[in-house]
Amino acid sequence: MSKVLVFAEVQGDDVKSVAYEILGKLSGQSVDVAAIGSIPAAAAEKLAKHGAENIHSIKGDKLEQYTPEGWSNALKNFIGDKGYDYVLAGSTATGKDLLPRLAGSFDAGMASEVVNFTFDGGTFAGTRPLFAGKCLAKVEITGPKPHFVTVRPNALGMPTSEDAKAGATNEATVDAGTIRAFVKEIVKGASEKLDLTEANIIVSGGRAMKNAENFKILNELADVVGATVGASRAAVDSGYAPHAMQVGQTGKTVSPSLYIACGISGAIQHLAGMRTSKVIVAINTDPDAPIFTKADYGIVGDLFEIVPLMTKEFKALLG
Amino acid sequence: MNIFVCVKQVPDTETKVTPNGDGSFIETSSIKWIMNPYDEFAVEQALQVKAANADSTVTVLRVGGVKDTEALRTALAMGADDAVLVESADNLDSYMIAKALKGAIDKTGKKPDLVFAGKQAIDDDCLQVPQLLAQMLDIPSVSVVVGFEMNGSKLMLKREIEGGSLEVYEVETPVLIAANKGLNTPRYASLPGIMKAKKKPMAQHSLADVGVSDSDRRVKYSQFTLPPEKPAGKKFEAMEEGARAGVVKEVVGLLRNEAKVI
Amino acid sequence: MNFEYSTEQAEIKATTMKFAREVMMPKASEYDQSATFPKDIIEKAWELGFLNTCIPAEYGGVGFSAVDSMIITESLAYGCMGMNTAIMANDLALLPIVIGANDEQKKKFLTPFTEKPLIASFCLTEPGNGSDAAGLKTTVKDGGDHWVVNGEKMWITNAGFADLFVVYATLDPSLKHKGICAIVIDPKESTGIEIGKPEEKMGHKCSDTRGVRFNNVKVPKANMLGAPGEGWKIAMKTLDHSRPMVASSAVGGAQCAYDHSAKYASERQQFGRPISQFQAIQFMVAEMAMKIEAARLLVTKSAWLVDQKLPNTQLASFAKAFAADACMQITTDAVQIYGGYGYSKEYPVEKLMRDAKLIQIYEGTSQIQRLVIAKEIFSRS
Repeated sequence: MSKVLVFAEVQGDDVKSVAYEILGKLSGQSVDVAAIGSIPAAAAEKLAKHGAENIHSIKGDKLEQYTPEGWSNALKNFIGDKGYDYVLAGSTATGKDLLPRLAGSFDAGMASEVVNFTFDGGTFAGTRPLFAGKCLAKVEITGPKPHFVTVRPNALGMPTSEDAKAGATNEATVDAGTIRAFVKEIVKGASEKLDLTEANIIVSGGRAMKNAENFKILNELADVVGATVGASRAAVDSGYAPHAMQVGQTGKTVSPSLYIACGISGAIQHLAGMRTSKVIVAINTDPDAPIFTKADYGIVGDLFEIVPLMTKEFKALLG
Repeated sequence: MNIFVCVKQVPDTETKVTPNGDGSFIETSSIKWIMNPYDEFAVEQALQVKAANADSTVTVLRVGGVKDTEALRTALAMGADDAVLVESADNLDSYMIAKALKGAIDKTGKKPDLVFAGKQAIDDDCLQVPQLLAQMLDIPSVSVVVGFEMNGSKLMLKREIEGGSLEVYEVETPVLIAANKGLNTPRYASLPGIMKAKKKPMAQHSLADVGVSDSDRRVKYSQFTLPPEKPAGKKFEAMEEGARAGVVKEVVGLLRNEAKVI
Repeated sequence: MNFEYSTEQAEIKATTMKFAREVMMPKASEYDQSATFPKDIIEKAWELGFLNTCIPAEYGGVGFSAVDSMIITESLAYGCMGMNTAIMANDLALLPIVIGANDEQKKKFLTPFTEKPLIASFCLTEPGNGSDAAGLKTTVKDGGDHWVVNGEKMWITNAGFADLFVVYATLDPSLKHKGICAIVIDPKESTGIEIGKPEEKMGHKCSDTRGVRFNNVKVPKANMLGAPGEGWKIAMKTLDHSRPMVASSAVGGAQCAYDHSAKYASERQQFGRPISQFQAIQFMVAEMAMKIEAARLLVTKSAWLVDQKLPNTQLASFAKAFAADACMQITTDAVQIYGGYGYSKEYPVEKLMRDAKLIQIYEGTSQIQRLVIAKEIFSRS
């Protein structure tokens, strides 16, 4: 059995869900959870249900806002000589930046972005993609402890069973040390849509959109899931969308993690521009449309019916 | 000003990756190596700082195999002043690379004012070396940087976080900056630049020269495999009004729980 | 014996191919369809040192070997054969200066091209004289303290944008090739140059091609390259260098068609599998690969001979004829592999096929190359 610390990130009245995903895989280990800031009571309860023995809210001056040095120093001081074998965190924007620095402060090793792991006999072994996912490999850590691991969010999935532990809550006050790089402000990016080539999710419309106004329903869906809207060449040629939105051989080549093709038949030139998307959803009234051969999830149906339903469903899910 | 840029040589993005015979790494014999794309933004930013600050030098550093030194030569052709190569195998872990880079910087005898790197290398995608190196150099670091302003020794850096939001950092030199796409538009290596690069100094060290040994290994990889084939897609019939809501609910659920993209 | 590029040559190839892919290819179709002269792209290419590769280092050039310049041309033609024609035309015009000019002339005419993105035009062909170049009718007469040029030139690349013309004219048509002179004309310092309208062409549409008429154009005596009557000799030496270069552009165009074809054949499904699994397609693609490699070797050897200062007339014609004919065949097959899509402007290969045709025609037709080769064979026996 190993002594493990899971680093969680407070978000609203909960912690980011990757912490629960990680807990779900740590059954059989002695597990504590720590976060910087106050872990909400509801979250502490949930963390206990999923196996947290101790739940630490770490506080101190200059820790409200994330800074690489401040948070790294704080965690270094918190972990101190508590004897953790492993420290795991989600590979979020913060986790990705924080953990390597923290690992460095212990001269310790770290496995990044694992998508699965085991604790056989208390020893960590992970699986992680390399070369942009073209390859998978087993990753193990040696050298001074604690060992550090970041886990890709959504990779493990939420735990299906519970493994309740005491979940004793505790507040620790630590020193953030010297901070040389300060965050002066945060610029919200919600209003700025990502460029098609960088978008993580794309909702695209084809000739079946019938006119430019109808793209409104795609925009609504896109707003809910944080997507950028694209169009097929047929839609662009028909004047429903500007060329800047065109996905395909003569438009933009994209590889989002989710591509939702609405009323796009799937001409080869369009497929050439989006076939490397991780997951493709196709909505089309023609069950023989070529797009269905590339789709992971195909819905034979009228986009004007399906898309608003989907918007509603995602809103309920992500709300 | 002493400016350092860390570059890595990675397989071209078009490369077909196959595990080697015993699964201990990938087949590297027929790989075309290129400079890690994120490092190009780092080199460009370094050269822009040099252009704006007289008496600055840009030194590019690389740890890796010597069969091909494409990345360093490209950086020199783009306009860097000199290069340092630490000769090693291609499968070092992030800790060893960071330690070797630190050793290489120390060996130049120059105190770094700015250290640039790409935010990640597209081969092992670890995203560790910049932060580790900053920690070892005991300087602050800002990663995933998409905005850069410099006024004397003061910098304003924009770091991209989730949802396209930005953390705006204020920091003074020395600092390590890990560049993201969008920071700038990297220049091309010009042909006169390529010819001039021939005459620029390139120092070469062994791992031992920079104080790195096998005992520094922290991470071990094995069992390289190809990811499983993508299974055939699922198709749902939703032309009838009665079926629609159920199908949409199911697909949204699958996107969340099976495909895990939402 | 070594078939490997040097380190610098590999880098030259990498940076020019990057430029071809990222800067030229995205604009190739648009500039072709609108017949827009690629001034912006030429300027960018100039800044990176891709133009005027023949200018020696002592006159401000980078100091490329002939083999180096073949690598550059192949990449640029890969990006767009039409844009490359505009770029390559500068070298064709400057080569006679590099080959036949004295030191003062070289300083005067070549160095400005290394300081600014200037455009040059090479004027040999006439309405009545294409393959029969030595029969040209444009005259150059002694006007006392200057020369006077009269006549009409045809199919002049870059004419509408030229900052400098290199004109072939004869002292007396009855002297045939012994009367031919090469003379530099600066349009800014001359009157009587009449530039025609742009030709509407099948391919290479973004390159500027026009007729040029010289009406009593006075040219300083100092602008004659070599002695009067030495023009033909200069022209022949120019061809030894320029023909491998044009051949190299054919290799670039063919490589582009091949890359598109191999990719498309792996993606396009018919009868339930990628068409690359059908022998009919495999044969065409295999043929392409084979011919490209052979053509590139001919180009490289003919350029290497230039660098070794060895005679290469026969090899240059081998390269030009073989590469141009291969490019035509390969681009035609590329359209065939793409099927209906290949015939559409939506896809890049129909343009490649149109562009390929010109390479069999300019800088000595494929038939003229065979005459040159035969002459080399039989004059030696």
